[in-house]
Amino acid sequence: MRFMIIVKANEDSEAGVMPSREIMEEMGKYNEELIKAGVMLAGDGLQPSSKGARVKFTGGKHVVTDGPFVETKELLAGYWVIEVKSKDEALEWVKRIPFDEGEEIEVRQVFEVSDFPADILPPEEAAREQAWRDEQQRKAATA
Amino acid sequence: MTATDYTHGAIDAVWRIESPRLIAGLTRIVRDVGLAEDLAQDALVAALEQWPASGVPRNPGAWLMATAKHRAIDHFRRNTRLQQKQDQLGRELQVQQELTEGDLDTSMDDDIGDDLLRLMFIACHPVLSTDVRVALTLRLLGGLTTDEIARAFLVPEPTVAQRIVRAKRALSESRVPFEVPRGDELVVRLASVLEVLYLIFNEGYAATAGDDWMRPGLCADALRLGRILAGLAPEEPEVHGLVALMEIQASRSRARIGPSGQPILLLDQDRGRWDQLLIRRGLAALKRAEDQGGATGSYALQAAIAACHARARTPEETDWPRIVALYEALARLQPSPVVELNRAVAVAMASGPAAGLEIADALTSEPTLRTYHLLPSVRGDFLAKLGRFGEAAVEFERAASLTRNARERELLLERARQCAREATSPEPR
Amino acid sequence: MKYNRALQEAGVLRALDGLHPPSMGARVSFSDGQATVVDGPFTETKEVVGGYWIIEVASRDEAVAWASRCPASDNEVIEVRQVQEFSDFPAAVKEAAAGLPEMQSQNKA
Repeated sequence: MRFMIIVKANEDSEAGVMPSREIMEEMGKYNEELIKAGVMLAGDGLQPSSKGARVKFTGGKHVVTDGPFVETKELLAGYWVIEVKSKDEALEWVKRIPFDEGEEIEVRQVFEVSDFPADILPPEEAAREQAWRDEQQRKAATA
Repeated sequence: MTATDYTHGAIDAVWRIESPRLIAGLTRIVRDVGLAEDLAQDALVAALEQWPASGVPRNPGAWLMATAKHRAIDHFRRNTRLQQKQDQLGRELQVQQELTEGDLDTSMDDDIGDDLLRLMFIACHPVLSTDVRVALTLRLLGGLTTDEIARAFLVPEPTVAQRIVRAKRALSESRVPFEVPRGDELVVRLASVLEVLYLIFNEGYAATAGDDWMRPGLCADALRLGRILAGLAPEEPEVHGLVALMEIQASRSRARIGPSGQPILLLDQDRGRWDQLLIRRGLAALKRAEDQGGATGSYALQAAIAACHARARTPEETDWPRIVALYEALARLQPSPVVELNRAVAVAMASGPAAGLEIADALTSEPTLRTYHLLPSVRGDFLAKLGRFGEAAVEFERAASLTRNARERELLLERARQCAREATSPEPR
Repeated sequence: MKYNRALQEAGVLRALDGLHPPSMGARVSFSDGQATVVDGPFTETKEVVGGYWIIEVASRDEAVAWASRCPASDNEVIEVRQVQEFSDFPAAVKEAAAGLPEMQSQNKA
């Protein structure tokens, strides 16, 4: 299951205040832990909304509004995308984020095809697999 | 965190995250994978008893490890067999020292990477048969239960449980050392680890029968283990090659099946449905393999072929000449009629169906391909493209009679019917 | 979806995902380093993230142009935000995160 861990914006993130050295170090360690556990797919921090824009769609048209936007709590400041076995596991990882005070995180599940149904392999993929199996048999025979 | 929001599911999640590290660290101490797993399980039982009431410790991993180490000391003390006594006394002292060193986290983190890597090499040890390696790897490093493994591989649960028991006994009896092999041995042993991971991946990716709901999980498990291995052995290009191959193949999962469940072949897939995140990860891993001088490794070559497709924004953009060259390299590395058949497909795309047919025709006397449905299927495709519909229809029918997959059979019979119609319709002029 | 295909064929698409409704998600807030979990759904949510695209383009205008082409339905809003690059950080932070670029390249390159 793929989850998106969404970090909500706050006044600091909207003001473009850079994280301290200590926070960067701790965050680096945390990210490393995610990578070593093989669960991290992606992650990014976002620039303040002042550098962004909104596009609203009405009546088949779109209206562009430049940032910044005031309702800080509804803005995003960053995200991770992780691949885990359960929502509980996602939450367990979230609890380990080295945040201290006031930060709020939203955890959301990503839509996926719930399973890969039975299908045939494109010839070359199937052939690669067959080659591999042949190799296994050959090894088993000579072992 | 309060005790009440700690559900059973949350403890499961901690187990999923911590158990490989726990078992790896304990194996280093007790030198016995089976015992290490028992101790880790004991620690989990203790957590299940205590955490709902006491709340979850701030560092659950360290708590589990400390608890398991205490159990290890108890175990050493209970064991009164004289010849083992001295040896164990040394280990007991080591555990005691680790426990009193205070900052458990630091002492653990220093060695844990190595321990995990050693555990992976043990689980994939050549003294074990392939299916046993697969089960043990999923159990010890993937954190899967025997029941989950059994469902994923469509075998009865006792079979898997038995495989794991036998595996632990075999490892213990052959006194397999808990170490990362070196030199020539490393090459062979690493190949074994990679084979196991790719087998797990393929079992998930090439679902062909039965109730398959657990199988996408196998792809995810293999990818996760591959990514872990890439972190543990970052200097091994073939590890990155395998990760690249799995990431890129997995990127196509959601495009490989149509709305009514029909298979969609690579060149017909909606490339907008390919998972660009996995493609990027795959291409990055491939680049790492190539930068480390591993471009000619077997997995890196296969990943490079997959990457040619991933890079092409449309089927027409596919760099077929490069794919042909990569298959030629792969054929030199592991000559096989199946690789040769692939090369035929690529050559046909690069230089036309006649050139492909020539290679495929040479394979018809190959005994290993006698019952391989893709040979007549590929030949049928070439013949149809050359306008030889009568011969093509025969090939597709033959292919349909050889496949065991119902959906594939339908597809092949449909093509056979189309070709038969073309063959009997009056020549266009 | 044609739009996703267009992004892909233009070579700008880096990632995309749709998200399950928040009712299946959870919120975690941090206080004094302790995490508190609250499961969804959340009543007060006016604006909910339904999905995202990550695209690699030359300018903000180009990003906005792509967002404007999205076949969104009436009253839908797409927010365009710039991702922080490593080069955006001041020197001291870069130094502190010396191990990061490798890690970032491993995950994003």
